[in-house]
Formats: sequence, structure tokens, C-alpha cells
Amino acid sequence: MLIAENLSKYYGGEGVLDNVSFSLGREETLAVVGPSGCGKTTLLYLLSGLTRADSGVAFLDGELIGRPTSDISIILQDYGLLPWKTVVENVALGLKIQGVFKKERMERARAQLAELGITGRDSDYPANLSGGEQQRVAIARAFVSRPRLMLLDEPFSSLDALTRERLQRTLLDVWKLRKVPFVLVTHSLEEAVVLGKRIMVMSSRPASPVAVFDNPGFGDESIRDTKGCFELLKELRHTVEALW
Amino acid sequence: MSLKPVFRYALVIIAIGVLWKLAALGLGGIILPHPEAAVRAFLSAMGTQIFWEHFGVSGYRAVTAMVVAWGVAFPLGLVMGSVKRVDNLLAPFIFLTYPIPKIVLLPVFLLLFGLGDLAKISMIALILGYQILVTTRDGVRSIHPKYSDSVRSLGGSQWDVLCEVLIPAALPHGFTALRLGVGVSVAVLFFVESFATTRGLGYMIMDAWGAMDYLTMFTGILGMSLMGAALYEIANLMERRACTWMFLRKK
Repeated sequence: MLIAENLSKYYGGEGVLDNVSFSLGREETLAVVGPSGCGKTTLLYLLSGLTRADSGVAFLDGELIGRPTSDISIILQDYGLLPWKTVVENVALGLKIQGVFKKERMERARAQLAELGITGRDSDYPANLSGGEQQRVAIARAFVSRPRLMLLDEPFSSLDALTRERLQRTLLDVWKLRKVPFVLVTHSLEEAVVLGKRIMVMSSRPASPVAVFDNPGFGDESIRDTKGCFELLKELRHTVEALW
Repeated sequence: MSLKPVFRYALVIIAIGVLWKLAALGLGGIILPHPEAAVRAFLSAMGTQIFWEHFGVSGYRAVTAMVVAWGVAFPLGLVMGSVKRVDNLLAPFIFLTYPIPKIVLLPVFLLLFGLGDLAKISMIALILGYQILVTTRDGVRSIHPKYSDSVRSLGGSQWDVLCEVLIPAALPHGFTALRLGVGVSVAVLFFVESFATTRGLGYMIMDAWGAMDYLTMFTGILGMSLMGAALYEIANLMERRACTWMFLRKK
């Protein structure tokens, strides 16, 4: 379980995050929406341990998050794949850092890639992949080390609509299989409704949660076509328009 | 070597040959020998032991200097580019001394290290090392922090960031400096071999020049050009091997 308590962050005296508190259960997902530059990425950096909070704490399964660990995987905005490593080396990187032997880590990386529908591209470099393929590789890299929490920073923002929908489905499929809780930051309200079991709306800087919505239709593959989705989107839009 | 660079070199050689021939005709062929005569002399010298002795000594000096320069400057550039405290300490010294023409220190090097190879190799290594150091340091500073974040987010230590991000990302910068430095190294080599030595292509050129033996002088010049081209291609090949990802053809 992820618990964030009163997380605050300042850059150069300017508040970016202000007392952000929430919790996330073992089989839950949380979509975070907010205006551009409000500090959503900073929130993920704090939760991953990449950046330290100026005040407040976060716990994962009772353990204080103090520094990055293999228990928490983050997918950065433009995937964060290393251009000098091949596809399979990129996926296996986390395992290498954990000290897993080469043979085993390559096997696990290949299996994870296959699970995400990428085969025969092991020796390619990221520059040779399409945006959608790069994103799949990034997801594979995040899942291969069997994390207890996933953090996704606008993972599909640079993809075309169809690829984006396909990858949202892929992410949900993997989530259903692994049940790893994730926090997703997104600009898209629709994406928040498709991927978030709960949806947290943030204010502008310094950001803090202003509303949290439950999403009863979460997990339904055809959620886009449901009335519940339409109603939730409408409610979200009203909240967002009043705030931003 | 693939066919493309061979073809490129052949075209350049033909163009230089034509210009050379025109200049030789204009100058009457005494000060500037005709290219075919120079090439004949060069090919004939390639069958002699003395030419290869000079070539070998020059090659040894240039390659050793390049290895030393790269071995010292590349790691130092990595550290300066990634550790701010070290950079704050060393950068003012490096950038204040960078514009000084280091070649003027040759007499000092000869006094300090003697008349042997050490002074000559040190001189070339110093000049080349500055270029590699500055290019690598600037290259490391330009690496996007997302790559380090990416490795750190997987639980990577500073050592992992160094091995997985900084070194591979800095390698192309180091190799570019090395390739560009080949020309400078050969030029400095010629200069340092003009003094206090009786071996090396630089000596061969200057000795023949003093004796007005222009065909031998051009044999030395062609030898040095051959060495420069070979060193450039070796550096190029090493870069292609070490930085495969830089030479991808997008699918």
C-alpha cells in the first residue's frame, strides 16, 4: 500500500507541491490530472525517491521511501530509454543493476518483451523503434523487475490516438495480470477515466489535491462506450474548468 | 575499410594530383617535383628499411601520445563534467591555459625530459589532451539528466550512472576530439621531430630540405600524410565499433 502524507516541495523558494496526501491500495490505480506545470511530475519524482520532499513522507508497504529502489518503477515522460543500449539491454538494465546474472536477465527481458508483443527486435536500438514500440519497451523495463509500485509520467502523450488506445489496453492487460498498483500522471481526462480506479484532480501551483473521484467502471475494456464514462468525464470537466 | 572511404580517398588523391601537376608545371618542376616523380620516389622508398624506420618511430611517437592523451584526458573530462566540485576547482585552470600555444613549451619540455622520445610524446599528448579534455567535459555536461534519472530510478548507484550513462554518452565526444586531434598531432609531430633527433619522418623531411633533396622531402611528406590518414581511419573505426548506436540508419 502506498501512503503519501503532507508532501511538500519548493524550488527556489517557490512552492510546487503543498501538503499532498493520499493513499493507494494494493490493487488500485490512481490517475492524477492537473494543469500544465502544476507539479505532477515532481509528485512522481518524490514518490520514486529520485527527489526528496522538503516536508512530508511517503511509505510503500510500511517502508519509508527515501531513495530509488527496484521496488518502484517509473516510466519517464519520454520513456527514458538509453539510446546506446539495445532493446533487450534496456529492458534488462534494472535486473543488471540488481546483480542478476546475464543469462537470466536476458531471458527475463525477452519474456517480458514477448508479453508486451515485441519480438525479433532485441538487437535494435531505441532510435530504430516507433514511438509506440519505445513505449512498450519502457513498460517492459518497468515491469521486468517485478516492482511493487509503478509510476507513469504522461506515458502516452506523444503517441497518435490509436496507438495510445492500444497501449492503454496493453497497460491494463499487464496490470490485470500483475495487479501492481500504479500512479499515472496525465493531461488527458479520458485517459484518466480509462486507467484510473481513482482520479485525483490537482490545483495549480503550489499543487494540492482538490477532488478525488471513484471510477466504478475501471477495468471495463469498453469503458469508453459506457454512460458511466461519459458522466464521469462530464463531472471531471466541470471540476477542472472551475479550478484551472 | 569499406569501399566508400576508399573511393573518397581515391577522388581526393586524384584531385590533389591534378592540382599538384599544374603547380609543378607552373614552377618548372625543380622546387616542386612532378607528382609522378614524387610518387615513384615514395614507392621506391617504401621498399627501403630506412623509410620504415622513420615511419615506425613517428608512428610510435604519435600513437603513444594519442593513447596517453586519451587515457588521461577522457577520464578527467568525465569527472569534470559530472562532479561539480572538481569542475569548479579545475575548470578555471584549464580554460585559462587552454588558449596558450603549448608548442612554445617545447624547449622547456626538452630541458625537463631530455632529448629523447619522452619530451616529444609529452608535447603531442599535452596539446591533444587539452582538446579531448575540453570536448569530453562539455559533452558530459550536455548529457540530458533524464538518462541519469532513468538509471537512478531503477535503483542504480553513482557507479551505475557512470558505467551505464556517462561513459557511453561521452565516448562519441571523446572519439570526435581524437579524430579531429589526429591532424594536430601529426602537425606537432613534424615540429617536434625537427629538433634534437635523427629519426622520424619530420627529421627525414627537414634533413632532405636542408640538402635540397626535394624528392626525399616529398617522400617524407607523403609518408606523414599516409600516417595521418591511417590514424584518422583507425580512430574512425574505433568510434564505429564503440558507438554503434551513433551510426544507425533509421528504419
